[in-house]
Amino acid sequence: MNTIIFAIVVLGLLGALFGAVLGLASKIFHVDQDPRLEQVRECLAGANCGGCGYPGCDGYAAAVVAGGPTNKCVVAGPDAAAKIGEIMGVSAEASEKMVAHVTCSGSNDVAQPRFNYSGPKTCQAAMLFGGRDSKDCRFACVGLGTCVEACQFGAMSVENGVAHVDREKCVACGACADVCPKKIIEMVPYKQKVIPTCSSQEKGGVVMKQCDVGCIGCMKCQRECPLKDGPAITVENNLAHIDYSRCIGCGKCATVCPRNIIKWQFGAPRPRPVVEEKKEA
Amino acid sequence: MLTSLLSISLGAILINNFIFSQFLGICPFLGCSNKMDTAAGMGLAVIFVMGLASALCWMINEWILMPLDLGFMQTVAYILVIASLVQFIEMFLKKSVPSLYSALGIYLPLITTNCAVLGVVLLNTQNSYNFIESVVYGITGGIGFLVAICLLASVREKIEFADYPKAFEGFAIALVTGGLLSLAFMGFSGMKIF
Repeated sequence: MNTIIFAIVVLGLLGALFGAVLGLASKIFHVDQDPRLEQVRECLAGANCGGCGYPGCDGYAAAVVAGGPTNKCVVAGPDAAAKIGEIMGVSAEASEKMVAHVTCSGSNDVAQPRFNYSGPKTCQAAMLFGGRDSKDCRFACVGLGTCVEACQFGAMSVENGVAHVDREKCVACGACADVCPKKIIEMVPYKQKVIPTCSSQEKGGVVMKQCDVGCIGCMKCQRECPLKDGPAITVENNLAHIDYSRCIGCGKCATVCPRNIIKWQFGAPRPRPVVEEKKEA
Repeated sequence: MLTSLLSISLGAILINNFIFSQFLGICPFLGCSNKMDTAAGMGLAVIFVMGLASALCWMINEWILMPLDLGFMQTVAYILVIASLVQFIEMFLKKSVPSLYSALGIYLPLITTNCAVLGVVLLNTQNSYNFIESVVYGITGGIGFLVAICLLASVREKIEFADYPKAFEGFAIALVTGGLLSLAFMGFSGMKIF
């Protein structure tokens, strides 16, 4: 009986002693933290995806408190940016919702193969064969899904040899674009309706041989663009580009594209040319 | 003296490696061995905590538990000591050595309830090591842990690129790998130095 009481007392005393030491230590070793740091941290998404360009959510919260931009967390969205702005006492510049877009349409049935590949199933490994993968086109999606693995949000998938982005799940953290060995994933505004979905900078004749749907740089889209101060869609290096800040999303370029690679509204049928507007012109 | 320390060190690192032959600390061994960076950070934190815990627990055992005839309370007392020690170190590092804190910080709470740390102090008592032997056993046990986790991490980084069956994905292949590494380390078992 005595031993039990003795043990309880001694261990109780030990516990109390350690408790006291810890309590004292928390006072002595207290680190003054900006209270806003915690608040800002709570507004962030907490995925530690690094899409903001800072090392994790904690790193970004520290940067915000130090006076950094408040709208870099694309995962949490504009609401969070506004809240962070409130905490920091600055008005938040609204961050436009972006999504990743794979600029390649060369699925297995339209892109010509160069050889059969049966090595490790990562894009990086496939690229080791002379710096090119098994598709004939140098700019085509490898289609082995390194981006799928990089995506923390389950927004990427590979369908028939080309990576696809689930636009609703995508938070534009840019992880897929970073790992893509061909750098063919770009960030586009969510509300952008027409996007050229090819990356080939080869001349038209070469593209014709390599892929059934690649951009051949025919410039039809550029001529069709109705903007008065120069077209928003231009062909550079044999490839159509859209200046997303100027594009009005009329979709005329998509209607004339002979290769059907200017994607219109993602799955919706292509618009017919509007007759009335042509009369005005 | 020196030879006994040497045999303790080699024993803790190779022959009786905490992970490969005593199977202690398996959870961080699997959980933190995805990447070399995290594995090395975890290993260093374990060395740090194991060394300090060995020292402190030796004192508690020798100066408090033994004189009061409370040897049977060792496990409970050690858990208490290790938990508070890790908390204390965390606070201390945060204030005094922020660079070390940012390197080891996230691993320290994980080690609080690590069986390898509890194992090392209990083994110290079982083998009735003196103070210096205890500390050496703690630190070298930590080094053994570092060796083990870094070995597994380097293998796992390579396995990522291998074409293994779908069923083996993730922890399954890691466990198989760990088992094979353990088999290799079993080759040391039974060796006696000095």
